[in-house]
Amino acid sequence: MSEVNELYQQLILEHNKSPRNFKKLENATHDADGYNPLCGDHYHVWLKLDGDTIADIGFQGSGCAISKSSASMMTSAVKGATIQEAKEMLEKYHSVIMTKIGDEIPEEKIESLGSLGALAGVREFPARIKCASLAWHTMNAALTQKEKSVSTEN
Amino acid sequence: MSTLEKEILFDVTTVRKDFPILTLSVYGKPLVYLDNAATTQKPQIVLDTLTKYYTEQNSNIHRGVHFLSEVATFEYEKARGKVKNLLNAADSKEIIFTKGTTDGINLVAHSYGRTHINAGDEVIISAMEHHSNIVPWQLLCEERGATLRVIPMNDEGELLIDGFQKMLSPKTKIVSVVYVSNSLGTINPIKKIIELSHANGTPVLIDGAQSVAHMKVDVRELDCDFFVFSGHKIFGPTGIGALYGKSEWLEKMIPYQGGGDMIRSVTFEKTTFNDLPFKFEAGTPNIAGGIGLGAAIDYVQKIGLDAIREYEHELLEYGTDTLQSVNGLRIIGTAKEKASVISFVVENAHPHDVGTILDREGIAIRTGHHCTQPVMQRFGIPATARASLSMYNMKEEIDILVRGIEKVKEIFG
Repeated sequence: MSEVNELYQQLILEHNKSPRNFKKLENATHDADGYNPLCGDHYHVWLKLDGDTIADIGFQGSGCAISKSSASMMTSAVKGATIQEAKEMLEKYHSVIMTKIGDEIPEEKIESLGSLGALAGVREFPARIKCASLAWHTMNAALTQKEKSVSTEN
Repeated sequence: MSTLEKEILFDVTTVRKDFPILTLSVYGKPLVYLDNAATTQKPQIVLDTLTKYYTEQNSNIHRGVHFLSEVATFEYEKARGKVKNLLNAADSKEIIFTKGTTDGINLVAHSYGRTHINAGDEVIISAMEHHSNIVPWQLLCEERGATLRVIPMNDEGELLIDGFQKMLSPKTKIVSVVYVSNSLGTINPIKKIIELSHANGTPVLIDGAQSVAHMKVDVRELDCDFFVFSGHKIFGPTGIGALYGKSEWLEKMIPYQGGGDMIRSVTFEKTTFNDLPFKFEAGTPNIAGGIGLGAAIDYVQKIGLDAIREYEHELLEYGTDTLQSVNGLRIIGTAKEKASVISFVVENAHPHDVGTILDREGIAIRTGHHCTQPVMQRFGIPATARASLSMYNMKEEIDILVRGIEKVKEIFG
């Protein structure tokens, strides 16, 4: 499979076409804005926490297929997880997509990401890594509530 | 002239041989470079001129009494003369070397703006300006208490001249418009804009970044007051460009930056400034860049801007027809008068995904807002994909682009 076809595999295209949790949460406890000024990708992420657990999550916005599908997959992955689990997923996911081209990623590491592993191919496209991480950083910003808005450029 | 004679005059195969980078392969595919509005590639003669400068001529200019300094000064000032000839300015002192178009606009916004624009005055730009012809004026207007006004455009991407005419008033202190839009390709009727502005007593700055490598310009015939461009868009090095200004304006303007070379005499009490053009050239300039730009101008003029324009127009027509016939593709910017820029969107595929897929086919295009976010807002789109053609591009490359877009459609269906 060519790198392009690996990047744009069915699962990713499907999430892009029908994003999950693509909604505004009216009763959100946390939210943040994420923006990539270089390409204009722009998302808003809402979370509803129940104690330590992410009881519900939603996002809205627009951008390329990589940013939208990764946002969709992120919401599916962290829904029902604890804050701690969500942050661990972010870290693991981030380390996979940031792995240098040519470096081996252990098979079990990708497998442990579940369907998120589908985005591992983005590491072959350095210009697109920010697209794949925007929603995750936005979710993290909403959780930490340090800032209401994150940008890929600072 | 017969078609055959034209072909002898302009032969793309010969031109391509002058650009070593065009023989590159990218991801195992021949490079198809369609991002010329962002920057152009450099012919061998420009590369050789830069090497020669640094190996045989390198020295600081204007002050040294030694041999090398005289050689470097001579070459740098000769390059200024070449810019003067390219623009058909009256005098070399009206040519200020800058870092590029952005630098030139900032210079005028500073040096003209802070002497001629006051509270209640107005600055007019257009709806299709690059951010570099918006932000300097916004900053100036904020500082001076002036108002920025914007010439609207229609759905084809053409400026509404009637609307512009109504905006002009005694409050209008400068009109600053782009000659060729970098995101739409529109060639604006700047002659008309200059006439109307002058009838109102208002000077005009023309942003020539996207026109300079594609069509002849004659600043005296246009009668523009300022004209700015970047060297790297006309096959020259980055970090060098020029501002043409009528000397009657330049004389009245305050310096942009203070430093060496721009002074006549300095005491701690008072500094008197150097003559034009040096008043606006503080510090050691980009000497190699200036000389390299001179070589690029020689190269372009040898081929001839009329021949280039004619050939590129043929490419534009071919590209427009071919791309238009692709199902689900929409061209953004359909003005009657266009330069060889084709912006487009593909149904169901975001421009960045289009760009990534084309990249792996060896095709370099630009995707995004092209530093013209208001243009994107005007057309209600987040971004476009843009193929911008130069004289070394070929119809075959447009065919490769179309095949690449078919691949995008296969993926995004």
